[in-house]
Amino acid sequence: MQIDGALIAYLEDLSRLSLSDAEKTRLAGDLTAIVGYMAKLDELDTAGVPERSHPFDHTNAFRADVVGDSFDRALILRNAPDAGDEAFRVPKTVE
Amino acid sequence: MELYDLSALALAAAIRDRQVGVAEAAGAFLDRIEKTDPAISAFITVDRADAMARAAAAQAAIDAGEATSPLAGVPVGVKDNISVRGLPTSCASKILEGYVPVFDATVTDRLTQAGLVVVGKLNMDEFAMGGSTETGVHGPTRNPWDTARVPGGSSGGSAAAVAAREIPLALGSDTGGSIRQPCAFCGATGLKPTYGAVSRYGLVAYASSLDQIGPIARSVDDCAALLAAISGPDARDSTCVVDAPFAFDQTPDEGLDGMTVGLPRNYFEGGIDGDVKKAVLAAAKQLEALGARVEEFVMPMMEYTVPAYYIIACAEASSNLSRFDGVKYGYRSPKAATLSELYLDTRSEGFGLEVKRRMMLGNFVLSSGYYDAYYKKALQARALIKDAYNALFKKYDLILSPVAPTTAYHLGENLDDPLKMYMGDIYTVPVNLAGLPAVAMPCGFDGQGLPVGFQLVGDTFAEPLLIRAGRAYQRVTAHHLKQPGREAE
Repeated sequence: MQIDGALIAYLEDLSRLSLSDAEKTRLAGDLTAIVGYMAKLDELDTAGVPERSHPFDHTNAFRADVVGDSFDRALILRNAPDAGDEAFRVPKTVE
Repeated sequence: MELYDLSALALAAAIRDRQVGVAEAAGAFLDRIEKTDPAISAFITVDRADAMARAAAAQAAIDAGEATSPLAGVPVGVKDNISVRGLPTSCASKILEGYVPVFDATVTDRLTQAGLVVVGKLNMDEFAMGGSTETGVHGPTRNPWDTARVPGGSSGGSAAAVAAREIPLALGSDTGGSIRQPCAFCGATGLKPTYGAVSRYGLVAYASSLDQIGPIARSVDDCAALLAAISGPDARDSTCVVDAPFAFDQTPDEGLDGMTVGLPRNYFEGGIDGDVKKAVLAAAKQLEALGARVEEFVMPMMEYTVPAYYIIACAEASSNLSRFDGVKYGYRSPKAATLSELYLDTRSEGFGLEVKRRMMLGNFVLSSGYYDAYYKKALQARALIKDAYNALFKKYDLILSPVAPTTAYHLGENLDDPLKMYMGDIYTVPVNLAGLPAVAMPCGFDGQGLPVGFQLVGDTFAEPLLIRAGRAYQRVTAHHLKQPGREAE
């Protein structure tokens, strides 16, 4: 299938990316080739085959519910691009 | 003989016997890195003061009888997608610029407990997405056998550093071959453990149902010892298996008598390089000479594994990489005025082209209208691949195969053709889809003097068998002892 400009725009939105025109052209071509190759799977008869999302059939493992130490807030905030008042600072989101 | 010529286990023995101090060993490797790494660029971060402090702590733990691991005191390098408290973890991406983890990954914790000394962080493809270690923001790593060529990837820094004897041991991660393929390209030995054998806590996620951390070294013996140090259950990773045999270094030396090794005939047809084919088939003959019965078979599903892998890996990546938003750590675009611009601009400026390509692809296969035809179909193909392996391991103890269809290619050679790059993963990705363990090691050289590797694949938690077979092979061969620049075949 052809990955066209409209589909690229939709995928940019889903990926929270804003591509340059050069990237758009490049990825439209690349994705068309890659998705075309992936269509190879169409040949496979998968009627009645379960979907395997994980290598093993484990059910979830829960650890004991015990209180432990948390990370130090000041230390964590040192990694933030912008912080203040013991919080991450971002542009205003509500008027 | 220099310290860096010793195997990791031999160096640890010298440290135990007090012939060598931990600081002396760390210093020797730091000097070696300083001398040889400018030509290779395997390391992203080397912090001498931090490494020497770790060495002093390890020496104290050894002296106090607290660090008794067979590798205590040995320096180790860590791939840059694994958290080491206090050292930058960039995943070779601009989006993690300036990020310094406040915690150790479980494997890092275990290295420290075992008395190993982390000396630095190793280069990789951005977010482990690639097979050539060319896509990272810090530039490419070069193959120590020929610096005009790639080291493979994505753990290319780890494999190149080990091959160049800049470090005796390294950790890599393997999502679709990222430990095994660079080991094949650089002439190193690497083991991709069974999914769930090693905790992923503190590994920056690429594709969570496929990622595993594993050891890279110059021999199977050293890999087994490092695997024993890092594996085992972890309450911080719910996918860690609790009831497996983790004493991998205790594997008895029983040779190959009675072992049946399957050889997938169709892996040696089509696009495989002639010299690679010859060297890998010679390894099969060698195993036969060591007592194994080698039987040819036709590997089912071969042409479907790469499409299934890329659909699943990209789908998981598109979800995992949504956490990078410019808010909590790393890079933030300076030009964003609103929150939605902050996300868009940070991600658009922070991620490289291959990462964007895979996120777009992942969102495509998961999106409404395409989900059934691509993602669901790939999960069903994964079930069929797992079933095929289950049937094969009823007949064979191990499967022997090439790691990659070619030896190391030139820098830039495949960068413009992502599909060609993806096809190079044909021998490695099915192993990850099925969650199986595999060990890759050198088995010769091509006509240009570049290393060729082969891999042995085992059933779930068959690491002891892999180690037994790999060790027997390395006892009677010398390919793994060759050193770039020092000797030819």
